[in-house]
Amino acid sequence: MDLLGLIKSQPQPRDIARDRLKLLLIHDRSNCSPHVLEMLKTDIINAISNYMEIDETDMEIQIAQTDTEESSVPVLFANIPIKGVRKVPGKV
Amino acid sequence: MSEVYVITSGKGGVGKTTTTANLGAGLAVHDKRVVLVDADIGLRNLDVVMGLENRIVYDIVDVVDGNCRLKQALIKDKRYNNLCLLPAAQTKEKDAVNPEQMQKLCDALRDEFDYVLIDCPAGIEQGFKNAISGVDKAIVITTPEVSAVRDADRIIGLLEAAEVRNPLLILNRIRPDMVKRGDMMALEDVTEILAIDVLGVVPDDESIVISTNRGEPCVTDQESRAGQAFRNITRRLLGETVPLMDLSIDDGIMSKLKKVFKL
Repeated sequence: MDLLGLIKSQPQPRDIARDRLKLLLIHDRSNCSPHVLEMLKTDIINAISNYMEIDETDMEIQIAQTDTEESSVPVLFANIPIKGVRKVPGKV
Repeated sequence: MSEVYVITSGKGGVGKTTTTANLGAGLAVHDKRVVLVDADIGLRNLDVVMGLENRIVYDIVDVVDGNCRLKQALIKDKRYNNLCLLPAAQTKEKDAVNPEQMQKLCDALRDEFDYVLIDCPAGIEQGFKNAISGVDKAIVITTPEVSAVRDADRIIGLLEAAEVRNPLLILNRIRPDMVKRGDMMALEDVTEILAIDVLGVVPDDESIVISTNRGEPCVTDQESRAGQAFRNITRRLLGETVPLMDLSIDDGIMSKLKKVFKL
């Protein structure tokens, strides 16, 4: 059994710490408290609801990060299940 | 031209007081007139780390309240030329001093000393606001831990907001062996995240515990690695260019044996 390979494949504590810290600071620096995120969520729901019927209970919004080649960048991640599309008045 | 520094961190227990004591002693060794100010009112510690706890008569609150003259409250450390301590009050609250009084105090100390080093309390409340109110420059201490670096980032933001520009970073208690194994964040990880200039790196060192127990700063201990780190930092404060300490692990007998047996 390749024990060494098994150990090596685990992310190192140093990298875990660095990634957790980066994510934490994105929240801290942008003042994105859970309260702010909740307000953002409400606004997004209101905006989208004008056009689509969405499942509010299953939607999730969070700040995450994606890894590009150079560094990790913060992204606003939103997963919003659509139940149906409304007929928007005035649109052909 | 005197300089007023605050030594701050946000998080407690990362080495503010130890750093203040060692940089103060280090600067005094270089024949600078230095005063250490303990701004941690209610939880004074700098006197103990310096081994001067038995000589306190008056404290910082007595000075700002006018109960004594500034000179009466300054404790002269006889082991060094021109090193003094202004102790904090132990039985008062943080709001016993306000930022205006602190600023006046700093200005009065400028007349007498080349370096004023203020040991800031942990936290971001009144004690922190007092400690930074009369300063020119800030030294931010952190350790390679998520919580400590996070707090340092917050402190850097607050210093910026208070117009204390370009704080300098000291990364304390680094364990080169753990960094090498990938178990601890390295200096470059921390500087990449905090994006401020580095003043120094201090290795985790038992000699700090020993010297603190004795009440003697380790900066004069030629055997101590942490002492060497503080000597380097002192020289950088004095304007010299000193390369960062080589933290690579000196190969002990075990690793030599491992090499021999190709383990």
